[in-house]
Amino acid sequence: MLKNNDISIVILGEAGQGIETVTDIIIKVLKTTEYNVFSCKEYMSRIRGGSNSSTIRVSSTEVSSYIDKIDFLIMLSPNLTEHLEKRINEETFILYDETFKNLSLNKFKKHSLPLTSKAQEIGGKIFSNIIAAGVIFGIFEIEISFIEEFIKKSFSDKSPDIIQKNIQAVKTGIEIGKNFTNNNGLSVNIKKDELVKEKILTTGNEAVALGCIAGGCDFIASYPMSPSTEVLTYLSQKSDEFNIIVEQSEDEIAAINMGLGAWFAGSRAMISTSGGGFALMTEGVSLCGMVESPMVIHLAQRPGPATGLPTRTEQADLNLALYSGHGEFPRIILAPGTPEDAFYLAQNTFNLADKFQVPVFLLTDQYMLESSSLCSAFNLNQTENKDSIIKTDNDYKRYKLTDDGISPRGIPNYGEGLVKLDSDEHDEEGHITEDLDLRVKMVDKRLKKLESMKKEVYKPELFGDENYKTLLIGWGSTYSAIKEALKVINNSDVAFLYFKQVYPLPENILMYLEKAKNTICIENNATGQFASLIRQETGFNIHHKILKYNGLPFSVEELTNKINALI
Amino acid sequence: MDYDKKNIDIAWCPGCGDFMTLKALKEALTELDISPNNLVMVSGIGQSSKTPHYLNCNFFNGLHGRPLPPATAIRVCNPELKVIAIGGDGDIYGEGGNHFIHAIRRNPNITVIVNNNMVYGLTKGQASPTSQKDYKTHVQTHGAINEPFNPLSIAIAQDASFVARAFCGDTEQTKEIFKKAITHKGFALTDVFQPCVTFNKVNTYPWFKQNTYYLEDSYLPNNRIKAFERSIEAEKLPLGIFYINSNKTTFEETEANSEKSKLHVFERRQKRKEKLENTIQNLK
Repeated sequence: MLKNNDISIVILGEAGQGIETVTDIIIKVLKTTEYNVFSCKEYMSRIRGGSNSSTIRVSSTEVSSYIDKIDFLIMLSPNLTEHLEKRINEETFILYDETFKNLSLNKFKKHSLPLTSKAQEIGGKIFSNIIAAGVIFGIFEIEISFIEEFIKKSFSDKSPDIIQKNIQAVKTGIEIGKNFTNNNGLSVNIKKDELVKEKILTTGNEAVALGCIAGGCDFIASYPMSPSTEVLTYLSQKSDEFNIIVEQSEDEIAAINMGLGAWFAGSRAMISTSGGGFALMTEGVSLCGMVESPMVIHLAQRPGPATGLPTRTEQADLNLALYSGHGEFPRIILAPGTPEDAFYLAQNTFNLADKFQVPVFLLTDQYMLESSSLCSAFNLNQTENKDSIIKTDNDYKRYKLTDDGISPRGIPNYGEGLVKLDSDEHDEEGHITEDLDLRVKMVDKRLKKLESMKKEVYKPELFGDENYKTLLIGWGSTYSAIKEALKVINNSDVAFLYFKQVYPLPENILMYLEKAKNTICIENNATGQFASLIRQETGFNIHHKILKYNGLPFSVEELTNKINALI
Repeated sequence: MDYDKKNIDIAWCPGCGDFMTLKALKEALTELDISPNNLVMVSGIGQSSKTPHYLNCNFFNGLHGRPLPPATAIRVCNPELKVIAIGGDGDIYGEGGNHFIHAIRRNPNITVIVNNNMVYGLTKGQASPTSQKDYKTHVQTHGAINEPFNPLSIAIAQDASFVARAFCGDTEQTKEIFKKAITHKGFALTDVFQPCVTFNKVNTYPWFKQNTYYLEDSYLPNNRIKAFERSIEAEKLPLGIFYINSNKTTFEETEANSEKSKLHVFERRQKRKEKLENTIQNLK
């Protein structure tokens, strides 16, 4: 019997073998049967071949972070990567297709399964992945009726014959799974959780895209680039339902300039991009700063420099977002760590951009976007959208000098006034000026908005005992792993401060930092960019940094060990 | 319609072709009875890109080379607006060359006017993409070596829906071409030959007069191959409307955008709560 309350399953396969589909089916069926589930994936930048894997966690309580431990490794391909091999231990059940000869791993528990031969009986090797899903359902003793419904729904665009064969494949897999557990005296004792029923199962990508729709996004122009593309894809697929204008632009430069044109005309526009693509947009970010246009930039991070590791994860573009664009102008940078935050922050980026007329960044990463987690259904009444557009009168001045630096924003042909926007330094009306006193007033006006922006920051959240001695600091996607590590460490001297807004920083954070004897900043990058930002903004030197930059997210185990070594 | 602006300090050199192009444009807009409120001029950077400041209208004076992406977006977001992008040869054919090609492919209903003086003015006299071979500057000291960019043949090759060339020295004809371009449905390019009185001592007013002629009255601008042939004539450069393809669907009308573009810009994001709630509940 597996005494564990928390089981992890890793599915390994080549690109093109459909492990994504299998993972999706497994977590959705397990969710429907009221299990707590989580999944994340790591894969190579190729269309076919190679070695990709997804990790699925099934637990008696809610989990949403990556762990090293593997209880079941399902091998649809014999190509084991080194980073995956390191995660195998003597407790791991390795289930592999019987056609894989010469599989090493001799010191581990290996079990061959007739995936290929059974698939061929059904109609082709292609069904072996669905059989593998069935094996998991067999281990979890899921009733076929649940799965049949699900298969019918998810393959609804396929022929009845294909649907039938897939159902047959699942049934075959279930038998194999049951035989496996019987022969090995295994049973799973993960508890079902009725709270799961009311929760939603969402990827970071869906959360971001739905948040954007909730925020009134009605225009997106982007150029495809992993891992930012899914948000473009999602909005495109929903574009008719929600009246969103979608354009795949010729390059990222066009994308941001189209976005600025769209806001100018009255839309709520966004762009979705990743490091290298965003680098091309920085001139447009500067334009955004000068013309005081709202703009929402979804910056999905991946490891750089240059092409880097295109399909993997990193948090190394904080500085890029922070310093992008020539000249000086304010901006807002948000970094969600959970699907809920991704949704609500994405929604609010549009309101913040509209209100302050600045670029607002939503900083995510591959790991966060491509993980599936359970969370409470997004509440559409939590944030009220507010359009800041005014109807202009005859003497309208787009850049009217005001006390807080925010000039009421008009759009063309709405009211009597004319709307004039210029990338040169300009007068209140929007015309080019070389009046240097006015230049100073305009710079001050733009920068003054930072004061109001600071009043509306998302405050950091503290987890753990308030009388901590060690304070862990994290931002964005490291949230869940740090939180789970904190639980494992179970030491009231240790607390965790989570930032979902990284710029501007709230003014009172010194209060949290100075209370600690020891501070540890945890970041998925090589230089500790957020720790540097904290020092720059507060003068406070973070004592320790835990950094990771091999393209993978932090696992709970490695964080636990590294934190324990520092307290 | 009153497009004139009083008491403005115009940054152009005395005698600049930009003055004549501006005059032709203002007259065309006035004769077409387009209200300044309904007009958005979009430009980048360069001397001609300052044009929007010198007439009464809404404008988006953005970045060098980038007028076409925002112009496209402005028009698709609010198809009630008349959108005219204006810029120079360096702006639209050089820095913005990629956008030029792809804007033609998209075919938004915008007018594009390129004040083509075959030289960089604002950066003080370097070669432009349309500078003629062997044209000497303080950078191209042995003369320009690259083949000049031919905007008309490129546009025709890509089946642009309206392609014309004017000479600013003939304000009357330029105005007439502008009127046709502005009322044309789809991407309408007018390349306007202009002398740069300060930096281009080769392609002057007399040079343009001697080296251009109008397409004959019998010429019909409905044949792409013939239009292409005329666009590559080099000995004397033809003026007039080279090519019109009125059968093209505009970007705003394409299947993906048509219904959305018909809605007022404020309406597109309304009334989505219920549908969104359903989408979220479906994740359960």
